[in-house]
Amino acid sequence: MNVFLFLTFAGIAVACAVNLLVQRHPISSAISLIGVMGSLAVLYLLLGAEFIAAIQVIVYAGAIMVLFVFVIMLLNAGEEERTRRSKLARVLGFPLFAALLSQIVWVVYRPFASGPGVEFGGFVGSTEALGRALFRDYVVPFEVTSVLILVAIVGAVVLARKEIE
Amino acid sequence: MSFWLLSVIKALVVLAVLLFTLIYIQWVERKVIARIQRRFGPHRVGAHGLLQPLADVLKLLTKEDLTPPHANRFFFVLAPFLSVALALISIAVIPFGGEIEIFGIRTTAQLTDVNIGLLFIFAVTSLGVYGIALGGWASNNKYALLGALRSSAQMISYELSLSLGVVGALLLAGSLSLRHIVDQQAGYYFGFLPRWNVFQGPWPQLLGFLVYLTAAFAETNRVPFDLPEAETELVAGFHTEYSSMKFAMFFMAEYANMITVSCLATVLFLGGWHPPLPQAWGLQYAPAPVLGLVAAMLLYHAGGAPAGKQRLSMQIFGALVGLAGLAFLWAPVRQLFSPLFWFAAKSGFFLFLYIWVRGTLPRFRYDQLMNFGWKYLFPIGICNVLATGLMVALWG
Repeated sequence: MNVFLFLTFAGIAVACAVNLLVQRHPISSAISLIGVMGSLAVLYLLLGAEFIAAIQVIVYAGAIMVLFVFVIMLLNAGEEERTRRSKLARVLGFPLFAALLSQIVWVVYRPFASGPGVEFGGFVGSTEALGRALFRDYVVPFEVTSVLILVAIVGAVVLARKEIE
Repeated sequence: MSFWLLSVIKALVVLAVLLFTLIYIQWVERKVIARIQRRFGPHRVGAHGLLQPLADVLKLLTKEDLTPPHANRFFFVLAPFLSVALALISIAVIPFGGEIEIFGIRTTAQLTDVNIGLLFIFAVTSLGVYGIALGGWASNNKYALLGALRSSAQMISYELSLSLGVVGALLLAGSLSLRHIVDQQAGYYFGFLPRWNVFQGPWPQLLGFLVYLTAAFAETNRVPFDLPEAETELVAGFHTEYSSMKFAMFFMAEYANMITVSCLATVLFLGGWHPPLPQAWGLQYAPAPVLGLVAAMLLYHAGGAPAGKQRLSMQIFGALVGLAGLAFLWAPVRQLFSPLFWFAAKSGFFLFLYIWVRGTLPRFRYDQLMNFGWKYLFPIGICNVLATGLMVALWG
């Protein structure tokens, strides 16, 4: 059952990711990205990380992508136009892509090559444990990150504000 | 009995009750609002207009299903489906009662007890925005687009306050499982004050409850926050171009969200299925006289009603309610349905509140809405979280 669910949702994630690139309308691409996020959440759930799965949906699919869709709707962006692709990209594109992909696979696979690998439900860490880790053991990095984000927001407001004469 | 069969049966029962409530809450709403405005409301189709919802469904089903030209067909069709599916899903984690036993099978009165139940509901509601946003955008209509934009902005803003209102209750319970949150509200202070989260120490969640309730009205796009469909300025908002069954789906989604939010308020703040006074005071016998009183009122008014189907229907319903009251005198029925009775009573109160507010309050202006959400509701929510956190850390 777990394997079946994993294959289904991994397949959906990849299909949505490919669809994201193929679609020409920004809204279609954005919705495909939501599909990717949703399937990833299911994969987290299969690993037993239910809190991360819920946060994945709430933050990425629910909040960030809503802003994306919002902006696309506000700007009323139309369909993209396809330019004729450059010759260099046509020749080198696929080999470079394959090289990058194999590198990623190698880096991700290396830690698991000798060990038992990942198991379904193998993630140990309840919501409580995560909270403890975040707000006790790693509280300084956590707070520094939040200040960083705050600075980014203030910066965006300053940049976007019109000068009042 | 196997897990699968039991789950299917439970799902069917919950779905049947949900859809029945969904259909008849509209009848109740129209009747109550009519009374507030000194009208009669629907009274032509069936006695007291009781068949009006069915007539409406039939009308919507047989109407022509229009798709405007230049609409994005795929998203235009997807949006209502998305809305209604997401609205119906979240009822799955709501606990309606404790453990029950029917025909020797023990089960809980809940479809599934997820240990992140609350987050699940928030995840589903946060996706609910897409149904409205996509529907408005795909219609290729400026009023629909404006309605969708307003709605998205409003839902994002008030989702924050909604979550903050809930955090206090979470801190008191120390769990995200809705069943655990309700269990922890059992018992009474001084022998009579229920340990519901609105009363529970060390910091009663009255403030959090009010923040949640206000944000919930905005989240479900109801009066006084129904700007996405403000008909005086936006025709009908995001569903201007929708007709027939697709329109009905948006309609269903709105009412399903209302029901979920009401159930969640009951679970989080009003102690779920726990009665308002201790069982030792004979509270388990309360449903019978309450239902008996309703039956007596129905039968009394039937005497004054004009003869014909109006009087007959009141007599029939009076008899039915009276029988239900009598059934509550029988111990097995009482044990089975008492928790459900209290849960239904509390959720029903919230649903009535929705209707009551719609009948009495005018609509906000858009800038007032945003100001209120960000400058009042949000800081109040944060203060409540801080106070609760401090109190729980000191005395919890």
